[in-house]
Amino acid sequence: MATLIIAEHDNSILKPATLNTVAAAVAIGGDVALLVVGEGCQAVADQAAQVAGVSKVLLADNAAYGHQLAENVAPLVAELAKTAGFDYVLAPATTTGKNLLPRVAALLDVGQLSDIVSVESADTFKRPIYAGNAIATVKSLDAIKVITVRGTAFDPVAAEGGSASIEAVTAVHDAALSRFVGEEVAKSDRPELTAARVIISGGRGMGNGENFALLEKVADKLGAAVGASRAAVDAGFVPNDMQVGQTGKIVAPELYIAVGISGAIQHLAGMKDSKVIVAINKDEEAPIFQVADYGLVADLFDAVPELEAKL
Amino acid sequence: MLSMRSAPAGVGLDSNAKRQNSMKVLVTVKRVLDYNVKVRVKADRSDVDLANVKMALNPFCEIAVEEAVRLKEAGVATEVIVVSIGPKAVQEQIRTALALGADRGIHIETENSPESLSVAKLLAKIVADEQPGLVILGKQAIDSDNNQTGPMLAALTGLSQGTFASEVKIEGDEALVTREVDGGLQTLGLKLPAIVTTDLRLNEPRYASLPNIMKAKKKPMEVKTPADLGVELRAHTELLGVEPPAERKGGIKVSSVAELVEKLKNEAKVI
Ligand SMILES: Cc1cc2nc3c(=O)[nH]c(=O)nc-3n(C[C@H](O)[C@H](O)[C@H](O)COP(=O)(O)OP(=O)(O)OC[C@H]3O[C@@H](n4cnc5c(N)ncnc54)[C@H](O)[C@@H]3O)c2cc1C
Ligand SMILES: Cc1cc2nc3c(=O)[nH]c(=O)nc-3n(C[C@H](O)[C@H](O)[C@H](O)COP(=O)(O)OP(=O)(O)OC[C@H]3O[C@@H](n4cnc5c(N)ncnc54)[C@H](O)[C@@H]3O)c2cc1C
Repeated sequence: MATLIIAEHDNSILKPATLNTVAAAVAIGGDVALLVVGEGCQAVADQAAQVAGVSKVLLADNAAYGHQLAENVAPLVAELAKTAGFDYVLAPATTTGKNLLPRVAALLDVGQLSDIVSVESADTFKRPIYAGNAIATVKSLDAIKVITVRGTAFDPVAAEGGSASIEAVTAVHDAALSRFVGEEVAKSDRPELTAARVIISGGRGMGNGENFALLEKVADKLGAAVGASRAAVDAGFVPNDMQVGQTGKIVAPELYIAVGISGAIQHLAGMKDSKVIVAINKDEEAPIFQVADYGLVADLFDAVPELEAKL
Repeated sequence: MLSMRSAPAGVGLDSNAKRQNSMKVLVTVKRVLDYNVKVRVKADRSDVDLANVKMALNPFCEIAVEEAVRLKEAGVATEVIVVSIGPKAVQEQIRTALALGADRGIHIETENSPESLSVAKLLAKIVADEQPGLVILGKQAIDSDNNQTGPMLAALTGLSQGTFASEVKIEGDEALVTREVDGGLQTLGLKLPAIVTTDLRLNEPRYASLPNIMKAKKKPMEVKTPADLGVELRAHTELLGVEPPAERKGGIKVSSVAELVEKLKNEAKVI
């Protein structure tokens, strides 16, 4: 058995989500190859070769792959899967993986299993449905299994210790269907939401964007990432990449502090696997208290500064 | 970091709009349980229990319909066609889309809601028949949470794709699509015809007015079968069972910030 994993990276750094996906591949068993596709991404291939459990790194380095446009990358992955005899194609369930993998699956004429949280056997997996209110056990009937992996469900493999070979892939697919125009990437010194050990999130109760500074002060003391509910994003308090939930980012930190968040099903879907949940809300009936290990009924504008002072 | 925010989403009009003046927009709508309903697993764990639960238009599809209707109102699109796949009941959601401003409906009748790849294969046939300039789908259906159909359709039709759109502008023979990605926002130029999937902030859907609901009843709706389209549906997955998620143990209320900090330090040991 052999698994091909699409490495998540920005042409210079291998993203941690890749390590969780390798863990899922290790659980499946067999050889694991990492595909690094991009432009000027040799450094990523070098990092990928160090990852524990990886036997081979395939490096497709070409201008056509610079922004990992699905139209160009999907035919490459489908071709590799067919010609190199891979039984599984995996990617992290990030926006990159969710954009690319279904296109690969359709080119291979197979279905896709999205967002798996466990490997039951070579062809059977568990995945959450209905915003995590049910867990389905699904068996794949296809010869090549195309799967996205929920990072929080698999402990990452070690980033170092491996010694895989690096092989260049020369095939170039340039569909000329789409072009990169620009991007606005949020710059922050804080940890990434999906990799943070502690997260403090604010909701509509924060009132405005400036008040998120209260959370940032706490985050600085705890080395935490700052997240948000959709209501806070929709109201324009903070940018979209901070949204936690069914349709935002799925997180499972050691500690999740929800401030001024009511606890809608869609928000809970993104954070209820956190180890310890704290809720600060002035409404004692708020549903967030049903999942909180520690609930504090208080006005956040009193409680949060006090919390910061006491840390 | 807090200053980054996309402009109010909407449809850009431009001088090239005329070039597109025969552009049809195809929109897909899925019937799903209402997003306020918390689904339960059946006692025998064979599936979730959908008996007597409130059904609705998938929220992302509602946003897709709204975007298409705005394109028509802006003079960029000439016709909005809405498609749904499933049992007869999905006609209710097609009617809702017609009441929101779509022009005509296509119902592809199947016994249950087929898997994403089958849905994409059926839609690919409709794309071949109708030749739309733009196809708008939801990014995910809130029941299966699959997030697959749009890119699958793009692969099968060989068209460009713009997933998780928070802004769509038609300029010349391109769609400029701003996408909500993990790191922030990314803008792509897509050669038309293109496949777009909606994210939540693309627009705020309108409510259907009573007169429009009445008018929608008279709008044309075609019914087709997979056989009519020459598509044979094949199962790619088998559902072996469903289970409820692990329940969290109920926690406690603390009475002060001091007590909270003490518990986090000494009981939970997370700070
Ligand atoms: C298809 C779909 C997908 C969605 N996906 C997501 C998603 O991924 N993530 C997500 O978060 N939401 C999502 N939502 C939205 C979700 O349904 C809720 O609307 C949202 O989570 C509510 O955000 P909130 O808790 O911040 O706001 P509210 O529900 O308005 O709650 C605000 C809370 O703040 C408290 N509060 C107010 N002032 C104070 C104060 N001074 N001190 C203390 N507490 C205070 C209030 O008591 C209240 O509980 C989705 C919705 C749909 C339809
Ligand atoms: C418990 C359970 C588990 C399941 N597990 C799987 C699984 O692992 N893999 C799998 O492939 N299927 C699975 N299904 C089937 C699943 O419910 C869907 O019917 C199927 O996957 C259809 O696509 P989607 O909802 O995933 O589409 P998504 O890709 O999530 O939806 C994107 C968009 O596609 C459009 N669309 C999707 N379906 C239709 C439709 N019928 N008519 C019109 N437009 C549509 C809509 O615009 C929608 O917003 C499962 C079903 C159940 C009940």
